[in-house]
Amino acid sequence: MIKLKNNIATSENGFIFNPSTGDSFTSNPIAAEIISHLKSGISTTEIKTILLKKYDVEVKQLERDWEDYMLQLKEANLLTF
Amino acid sequence: MSKNTDHLCIAVTGLNANDNPGPGIAVIRALRDELGDKIRIIGLAYENLEPGIFIGNQVDKTYKIPYPVAGTEALMNRMIYIQERENIDVLIPNFDAELNNFIKLAESLLAIGIHTFLPSLQQLANRDKINLKKFGDQHQFKVPDDFVIHKEAEIIKAADEFGYPLVVKGKFYEAYVAQNSNEAYKSFHKLYAKWGLPIIVQKFIKGTEINIAGLGDGKGNVLSAVAMRKLYITDKGKAWAGVTVEDEDLLTLAKNFAKASSWKGGFELEIMKDDKGDLYIMEINPRFPAWIYLTAAAGQNQPAALVKLALGQQVSEFKAYKSGKMFIRYAWDNIVDVEEFQKIAAFGER
Repeated sequence: MIKLKNNIATSENGFIFNPSTGDSFTSNPIAAEIISHLKSGISTTEIKTILLKKYDVEVKQLERDWEDYMLQLKEANLLTF
Repeated sequence: MSKNTDHLCIAVTGLNANDNPGPGIAVIRALRDELGDKIRIIGLAYENLEPGIFIGNQVDKTYKIPYPVAGTEALMNRMIYIQERENIDVLIPNFDAELNNFIKLAESLLAIGIHTFLPSLQQLANRDKINLKKFGDQHQFKVPDDFVIHKEAEIIKAADEFGYPLVVKGKFYEAYVAQNSNEAYKSFHKLYAKWGLPIIVQKFIKGTEINIAGLGDGKGNVLSAVAMRKLYITDKGKAWAGVTVEDEDLLTLAKNFAKASSWKGGFELEIMKDDKGDLYIMEINPRFPAWIYLTAAAGQNQPAALVKLALGQQVSEFKAYKSGKMFIRYAWDNIVDVEEFQKIAAFGER
C-alpha cells in the first residue's frame, strides 16, 4: 500500500516539507487533495474513487495521471510502500 | 567552581559579519536570547571595519587584539589590559586561526578569571584539513581521498587519480571546485598567496551539502547536535539560507565524532550526502559556525550551553530540536558616524 512517509509535513494549501532532507515542494489543488488523502491513510483505490466522483475525468486518464504523480512523489522520496 | 549566569561578562571574537561571516554576532545573539540583557558583551576584533564592532545593541564594547601571528605573549598582554577594565568571565573564540593561541593561553586566562571551553591542541591538529583523511580512516569516517601538495606540478598526480572536477582547498580557509587543469593551477596560486602551503587537493563528491553544529563535553559525549541543509550557497560556498533537518544518521555521525575525538567545545561538521545516502565529512571546523543562531532558534542554544560548561555548570544533553526552522541571511547598511569609527581606529577600543 502506498503511504506518505510518517514525518512528512503538509499544509492545506499544498506545501510539502520533508524534514529528513530539507526538501520542500508546492502542489496544485488536486495534488494537495491527494496528499491529504494519502496522509489520512486511506487506500489508493478509495482515493481514486473519491476523485472519479468529484471530478469530470475518465478512468484511463486518472490512472495515467495517478501513475505520473506517484512517480514524482517517489522520486522526491516522500513515499513508503 | 561554578558561577551564576546573571551579570556575566562574555568576550567574543569573529565580529566580521560580512559576506563570509565570522560566527561572533550569531553567538552573541544566541547568548542574549537565553541569558538576557543583564550580560555584557565584549567584542574582540582584529580589524577596524569588522561590522560587529558597530552593532550597538549586540556588542557593548570592543577592543582590538593583535593578529594571531603576533604570538601568545602579545595576546596575553592585551587580554590582561582588557581584563583590568572589564572583568570578563567567559571568552568564546570564533576563528580557526586564533584558536592555537587561545588554547595555549587557556590556563593563564583562567588565572586572571577568564574561563574558556576549548579543545586541546592535539584535538585541534587531528581534525585539521591536512590530517582529516587520516583521522577519518582511523575512526571509520568517510572522508574524500586527498593529496596534500606543496608544488603546483603535484596537481597532475591528483588529477590523474581523481579526474576532474576536483576540489582545491587552502590550509585555513576557502576551497574551489576546479573543472580543468587551468582552474586547478589558478586556484592553487590564489590559495597559496593567501594562506600559504600546503594546499589540499580533494576528490570531488557530488551530493547534498549538510552541516552539523555540535557541542562536545570533552568526555566523548555530544551534548547538542543540530543538522542544517544548505538551501542557498554563495560563490564562497557559504550557506546564505538553510533549514534544520532531522536525520538520525547525521546525529549518529556527530555522536561518533565526539566519541572518537573527545571533542571539547563547539564544532561544525561539513557533510556531503551522496546519492547513495553515504555521509562524507568534508571538513571539521573547531568552533561554532556562522549559522549557530539557528541552533538556538530550533531549541538547542549551543553558545549559552557552552558558557555554562565553561563556568563549570552541569549541562544535560539536549534531546530534540525543531526541524523545518530556516535562516535566511541578509545584508544591512549600518550607518555610523566617523567619530565612532575613529575610536576603534585611533584608540583600539570603542
